[in-house]
Amino acid sequence: MYFDSFTDFIAMGGHGLYVWLAYSIALAVIAFNVLSPMLRKKQFVAEYQRRLKREQRLGESNRARSAE
Amino acid sequence: MANTWKMPAWFYRLGSPRWSFEIMGKLLPWFAVATLALLSCGLVWGLAFAPADYQQGNSFRIIYIHVPAAILAQSCYILMAVAGAISLIWKMKVADMVAKSCAPIGASLAVLALATGAIWGKPTWGTWWVWDARLTSMLILLFLYIGVYTLHSAIENEVTAGKAGAVLALVGVVNIPIIKYSVEWWNTLHQGSTFTLTESPKMAPEMWMPLLIMVLGFYGFFSVVLMLRTRIEILQRERRAGWVKELMEAH
Amino acid sequence: MCRDDALELSLTRVFWITLKRDLMLAYRRRNDLISPLMFFLMVATLFPLGVSPDPQFLSQAAAGIVWVAALLATLLSMDSLFRSDYDDGSLEQMLLSPQPLALLVFAKICAHWMISGLPLTLMAPLLAVMLFLPEQGMSAMVISLLLGTPTLSLIGAIGAGLTVGLRKGGVLISLLVLPLYIPVLIFGTGTVQAASAGLPVGGYLAILGAILALGMVLAPLAVAASLRISVSD
Repeated sequence: MYFDSFTDFIAMGGHGLYVWLAYSIALAVIAFNVLSPMLRKKQFVAEYQRRLKREQRLGESNRARSAE
Repeated sequence: MANTWKMPAWFYRLGSPRWSFEIMGKLLPWFAVATLALLSCGLVWGLAFAPADYQQGNSFRIIYIHVPAAILAQSCYILMAVAGAISLIWKMKVADMVAKSCAPIGASLAVLALATGAIWGKPTWGTWWVWDARLTSMLILLFLYIGVYTLHSAIENEVTAGKAGAVLALVGVVNIPIIKYSVEWWNTLHQGSTFTLTESPKMAPEMWMPLLIMVLGFYGFFSVVLMLRTRIEILQRERRAGWVKELMEAH
Repeated sequence: MCRDDALELSLTRVFWITLKRDLMLAYRRRNDLISPLMFFLMVATLFPLGVSPDPQFLSQAAAGIVWVAALLATLLSMDSLFRSDYDDGSLEQMLLSPQPLALLVFAKICAHWMISGLPLTLMAPLLAVMLFLPEQGMSAMVISLLLGTPTLSLIGAIGAGLTVGLRKGGVLISLLVLPLYIPVLIFGTGTVQAASAGLPVGGYLAILGAILALGMVLAPLAVAASLRISVSD
């Protein structure tokens, strides 16, 4: 371990703000890149199900009408 | 026109969106595990165990993010251009989707490289920003990414948008060496200081080994995220296909 | 059956409805919103590249560079103010409606400022840091842009109104509107430069505020008149 104690580790010899700021931005970028496609997938699935239901309903009403 | 060179069979198989979707699904867990291993190892090593730099102190540790982000931002653009070229030459849809997925990932990595570069600069030279060759080139790369992304989102038709984006990416990739050269020349012209962020002439193995691991980890991360995005893009574009319907119904 | 619900549309309600509509339309095309911001950043980058990255030079020029870049970015975004409404016919509907056109126009300009001028103002500190603007000038930079960008949107709207029917509208707007922008530019940069030198900025801000007030009252009328002319043929 390069550092003597955990507080030393956080302080980073006075440069703590910079180091941890940089690493948190990195974390944010990583999180964005992982979460963004997952969110899109959820939206896609929801949209797909909605379209499927809509087409089923249309199909049924068409069949009902032609059955008359 | 289309098949000017003979490519191996798997190359053509990639042209099937369904096959690409499935193979990426199989590869994802492996890449994800490898990425997590590499990144956690590299982070712990770099943050806690590697020695601090003699001159820069502990702010030096930002290198373990800055350099991988910069390398990946550049590799991603090249991949985007290559994928665009493949989609134009072989008319391969999947290549198109890969290229489109690269743009936001590359842009975010360029932003990360710039932000960490600026944060690193503050304790090192006292200012948040310097117009040196590296950072300026990275800024221009970010502009190129934003251009491709904006072009994609501005064109309604997905196929046309892909083609236009591919052309722009290719023009950009040809321009990158020219831009780099001219920015470096401009930098020597206005030479203020000769500092470069990462060129410490000698880096001890205890310093560059965690860096290497982080670079590999970032490549892994990039592959994972690219596959995630491309799979969604495939689903989106192929939403009318039968296999997508079966997949959705199985959900 | 439909109740003859004479919906008492107060002027305030008309304003809010129009504002919300424009904001919602803009939200649907979110990706287009970063274009003026990126243009802003790119133009500011051109100056160090084209002239000199020397901090001495840049810190003196920073106020002007940021203001000129904001001005050009606003100009670029003006074409979209009426374009889509003109294309799908809603603009004609607005002209025919019993509501005062100047009020509708004012609401549209407010929405436009919120998605272009305001983000520019918020991004300006980033540019100011990259261009080494002195610390004392920073708050003056933001306040001057806060007062100035709405004026830029108001004046730009006049140009947009005059050219809405034309195909080459974009460049023409710039020619019409740039001379009108010069006073705002002068007082905007004057504010920042005074603050950077440690001098009081009250007078400059008062003038910027007065120009804004005048613009808020007169510009919508001018835009309404221009629209009636442009759409009439």
